[in-house]
Amino acid sequence: MAEARGRARWTRNISAKIAAIPMIATALVVFLGGTIWTVVYSFTNSKLLPKANFVGFDQYERLWATSRWTISIQNLMFYGVMSLVFTVVMGFILAVLMDQKIRHEDTFRTIMLYPFALSFIVTGLVWQWILNPQFGIQGVVRDWGWESFTFDPLNNPQTVLYGLLIAGLWQGTGFVMCLMLAGLRGIDEDIWKAARVDGIPTWKTYVVVIIPMMRAVFITTLVIVASGIIRLYDLVVAMTSGGPGGNASQVPAMYVYDYMFQAQNLGQGFAASTMMLLSVLIVLIPWAYLEFGGKKHG
Amino acid sequence: MADASMTRSAAMAGPRGAKPRKTLSPRNIMLYGTLIVVCLYYLLPLWVMVMTSLKGMPEVRLGNIFSPPVEFTFQPWVKAWKEACTGLNCDGLSRGFWNSVIITVPSVVLSIAIASVNGYALINWRFKGSDIFFTILIFGSFIPYQIMLYPIVILLREAGIYGTLWGLVIVHTIFGMPILTLLFRNYFSAIPEELFKAARVDGAGFWGIYFRIMLPMSLPIFVVALILQVTGIWNDFLFGVVFTKPDLYPMTVQLNNIVNSVQGVKEYNVNMAATLLTGLVPLVVYFVSGKLFVRGIAAGAVKG
Repeated sequence: MAEARGRARWTRNISAKIAAIPMIATALVVFLGGTIWTVVYSFTNSKLLPKANFVGFDQYERLWATSRWTISIQNLMFYGVMSLVFTVVMGFILAVLMDQKIRHEDTFRTIMLYPFALSFIVTGLVWQWILNPQFGIQGVVRDWGWESFTFDPLNNPQTVLYGLLIAGLWQGTGFVMCLMLAGLRGIDEDIWKAARVDGIPTWKTYVVVIIPMMRAVFITTLVIVASGIIRLYDLVVAMTSGGPGGNASQVPAMYVYDYMFQAQNLGQGFAASTMMLLSVLIVLIPWAYLEFGGKKHG
Repeated sequence: MADASMTRSAAMAGPRGAKPRKTLSPRNIMLYGTLIVVCLYYLLPLWVMVMTSLKGMPEVRLGNIFSPPVEFTFQPWVKAWKEACTGLNCDGLSRGFWNSVIITVPSVVLSIAIASVNGYALINWRFKGSDIFFTILIFGSFIPYQIMLYPIVILLREAGIYGTLWGLVIVHTIFGMPILTLLFRNYFSAIPEELFKAARVDGAGFWGIYFRIMLPMSLPIFVVALILQVTGIWNDFLFGVVFTKPDLYPMTVQLNNIVNSVQGVKEYNVNMAATLLTGLVPLVVYFVSGKLFVRGIAAGAVKG
């Protein structure tokens, strides 16, 4: 009797359960299982093929002793902080400008957002051409007669990250602007009326009232942008291939790819990707805590 | 009456409409000036791409990249499409284009089909643990792909489809699932539950309700998902490199190989034509879809 009821409970919603098999498999096997598998195998000395020969933290020690990896991390930190600050600040300012009941809002938005539809490869190649020292901006200005003008970020290890930033910001700021604009539009008109009645200047209303009210939008934007930055790969491949000078613009995702699929040193690749996971968790866990903490589920 | 027609004719006469604000106030000059300058920055690369791709190589070398061509030529376009070389292979970007088409079409169809059913099951047919799987899925979308790449390679190799078209289609379906499931789940949750209950009373089952009620009522969200997936999969680079073989490389990978190849004389006009060709599909999708594109990307930001 009890067994029969148990079976009946299991077969309830049977079509729904069958239909959800791809989702369950993806969640458990690929996302959860794959992540755990990689973390576990990062403690082995796998070379060409994964082998369960555990060597403790050897791979991590080697990883952090490799200058290419430490440079990758520094590059990503620099690029990440600059990119976060600029996309969010510029995105917010543009959203505020767009929110002034302007004419042709759709046209402006269409223009600012179209780069986001393009791939990082296309973005990178276009900017590589514009920043080309011989024919690009530098060449044009020199042709005008300013012979000593120098603007060649991609071929100088000191400035190559700024070159990447120019392209990355071009691609992503429109998207942040759209998120911010949606946030601004979500704020009650009455807040503005109240501020006006109290005689608070517009800029002060934004800083003191609106920005704190848009806290959730800012945090969500930061999390989305940050998790995208950690994945940064295509743009670097297209613009610099990690150069100049060997590794001036290396990023962690590139290190992982090269060790996993080119250098046939799987253990290093696994350790490096585990570090990438760790860095995402550092961003993600406080956010999840802020967002869902207290509430049971969001 | 007369007053109303007066304001209407005034509105017709000038672009100023009924707004009491002066058009040429310093504030407006600042506002529109800034926006126009920003838009010029955004438009510059597109302009440079188009102009360079329409010039001959001698003009590219002598002229300046911002000026329009003196002599228009479509030769770079033809060459990029038919003759551009990747390594020893000189059959142009057309191969990458068709590869991308045969990758994108099944990936889009499969990922949307699965994700829409997921969203439907999550809203209307909750079962024990369904929310847990969904939470894992959403968390998975933030985790760097790099950590799952090798396990997927093993899974695909075991299934015998590593390096094939279907392997890549499955990878796109997997990584499209979190965002699309979220999208459909949120949309379906807004459909009144009474409809679902009424259909249940009338004896409709899981698939009956999905095909006869949910699907016809949710066409807009299917269009949003379509836009999201077509642009996303077309623009993919990493999965194309990792999960396919060179003769199946998507357009982005082939483009990068053409432009960044070290051998031979650099033909910048052909490179720009190739770049523009690769960007054309998402650009067309973007300009045709308009506000739906915005809705699609905003959906990624609005959490469940």
